[in-house]
Amino acid sequence: MSHLATSMTNESRISRRFAELRSSGEMGLVAYITAGDPSLEATEQFVLALAGAGADVIELGVPFSDPVADGPVIQRASERALRAGTTLAGVLSLVKSLRAKTEVPLVLFSYFNPVLQMGLEKFAEQASAAGADGVLITDVTPDEGAEYRQAMSSRGLDTIFLAAPTSTDERLALIAKASSGFLYLISRTGVTGAKDQLADELPALARRVRRVTDLPIAIGFGISLPGHVSVLVGLADAAVVGSALVEEIERAGSVPAAAEALAARVKLLKGAAVAGMSRREPNA
Amino acid sequence: MTTAPQIWPDAKGRFGPYGGRYVPETLVAPLEELEHAYAEARKDPRFQKELDFLLKNFAGRPTPLQFASRLTEHLGSARIYIKREDLLHTGAHKINNCLGQGLLAVRMGKKRIIAETGAGQHGVATATVAARLGLECVVYMGAEDMERQRLNVFRMRLLGAEVVSVNSGTRTLKDAINEAMRDWVTNVRTTHYLLGSVLGAHPYPMMVRDFHRVIGLEAREQILNVEGRLPDLLVACVGGGSNAIGLFHAFLGHAGVKLLGVEAGGRGHALGEHAARMAAAAGYSGARPGVLQGTYSYVLQTPDGQIAATHSVSAGLDYPAIGPEHAWLADRHRATYTAVSDDAAVAAARTLARLEGIIPALESAHALAELIERAPKMPRDSVVILNLSGRGDKDMEILARYI
Ligand SMILES: Cc1ncc(COP(=O)(O)O)c(C=O)c1O
Repeated sequence: MSHLATSMTNESRISRRFAELRSSGEMGLVAYITAGDPSLEATEQFVLALAGAGADVIELGVPFSDPVADGPVIQRASERALRAGTTLAGVLSLVKSLRAKTEVPLVLFSYFNPVLQMGLEKFAEQASAAGADGVLITDVTPDEGAEYRQAMSSRGLDTIFLAAPTSTDERLALIAKASSGFLYLISRTGVTGAKDQLADELPALARRVRRVTDLPIAIGFGISLPGHVSVLVGLADAAVVGSALVEEIERAGSVPAAAEALAARVKLLKGAAVAGMSRREPNA
Repeated sequence: MTTAPQIWPDAKGRFGPYGGRYVPETLVAPLEELEHAYAEARKDPRFQKELDFLLKNFAGRPTPLQFASRLTEHLGSARIYIKREDLLHTGAHKINNCLGQGLLAVRMGKKRIIAETGAGQHGVATATVAARLGLECVVYMGAEDMERQRLNVFRMRLLGAEVVSVNSGTRTLKDAINEAMRDWVTNVRTTHYLLGSVLGAHPYPMMVRDFHRVIGLEAREQILNVEGRLPDLLVACVGGGSNAIGLFHAFLGHAGVKLLGVEAGGRGHALGEHAARMAAAAGYSGARPGVLQGTYSYVLQTPDGQIAATHSVSAGLDYPAIGPEHAWLADRHRATYTAVSDDAAVAAARTLARLEGIIPALESAHALAELIERAPKMPRDSVVILNLSGRGDKDMEILARYI
């Protein structure tokens, strides 16, 4: 505890976690699940299982009626969560309850409208008080994000923005400047969802992002297998896995079975991340 | 009195506080590309000439402005003129925008066009233009709309388009737009998204408006020719708001011309029973400013920001948000908005059929129903223009249930 207190700057939990990963030469794993699928109580158990299995950052998806950036798997999860009555306020109470049990960094992943309806100030205040560390809004780019960024950062919340294969170098610089905690690089043009292979253009894209920022880079969209994670070693500071986890929840017959499947999947992926890094170490 | 109107939107695509560009990062560069391509095309006389040629020789512009003598007499009302957009090729105003964006897609070197459709009119117009210009075409349509506008599905397929049924969410227009956006995010490098109303991220609300502006430009000249003066009132139905803004825009600077938009009142005032976003004063609940599908405007939604289901007998008005420029016109009291029920719209369609020999689209019948209420209360020498945005052939199966 005293060690924690001395190293405590105004750095966020997210930044600290990435700093630890860097110093131990480990690649991180960011795990996304949709909050409230199938219930907020279940999500609490899932997050604890993911953190226990080695996930470095958890992204909690706030379900939205019109998830334009999501593929079928996360669309279905959002529908299940909304049918279960999940609201943004409910997700914030979940964060509060989780924060009493785990120090894992928590990112709220949402579309803009629910946050806007709660009010930017009120949302930032409550998210921060509950113990959230960062926010990612799918349909807000730095161009439209000035007010939002101001509201979040005044409450010490990291703002994570997305970078995409279509982003120009100018935009990548803009995105890097607006981001804190880490930068989320989308691996391909498209919606969320697992794919067999990562895009060929990914290494060049990751290098373009690296040139404009020292922030940790997490790469996501289409990652489900240890092989995908291995490919990212050396390109990214973390891999993001989402639809593959949500699919485990959908497939499992019960909440405990889902929690078990999530933990197993994360162990496998995190294992690939760490093994890949140590293999590279001598040449690095 | 004529005042020089400020030109909206601003450089960020804002109409006052409304509009903007709320999209995933992947779509920002393509939207910027589209914005630049459109700005270039707009200045290029060759583009305008080609568009004018197609509007005239392929689509059938100019459309008549017809004096509705029997309706006027029957109502004992203000003098009613009808802008006959229903006479355009494919049967609605939608083709104005499709030709403009279709030519732009060709100019940008895009070989594939995608679109959403509600009533099927925009889908048919898009499929038509794609065929004419030799482009591949995919249209997304809600499963419920495919059911109620079956004839348009056949038309699109006959024209060589692929029609994709959308089964998510409310299975109507909003969900078709979601699915089209997902396609666009995925195939953005080869594909142009031909959005069908003054909705979505900048530059769409501006660009789609500009392509429909011809409606009002013609109507202004036509009414000056026959009446020797400007009209007192313009009336149009409002789904996203493209036919309405197309008629209104050329008159914005004429403060004496009142503008009235008519939304779908559906079958009740409770959230979920209507698609009236601007008619809170008339008791329709649930609309607040918010972000849906790229733009900030009035949106029907739950208190915690989930987009609400809507209902209308007309698929083309069955959508939870209104175009951002309309929200801005309403805020500044330049235009007013009201809503009309399913039943009133159907009754109005029958009235027009019997008195004027025109079967209107159910969308347009909403504007007509409000006009039938209002025109008799106006001085008899006042002049009103109704935008008849489309014809009713596509609605025969629904209308047949009411005959
Ligand atoms: C005939 C007709 N009128 C009106 C509309 C509504 O669209 P907007 O409000 O953009 O004119 C539609 C949409 O499908 C339509 O087909």
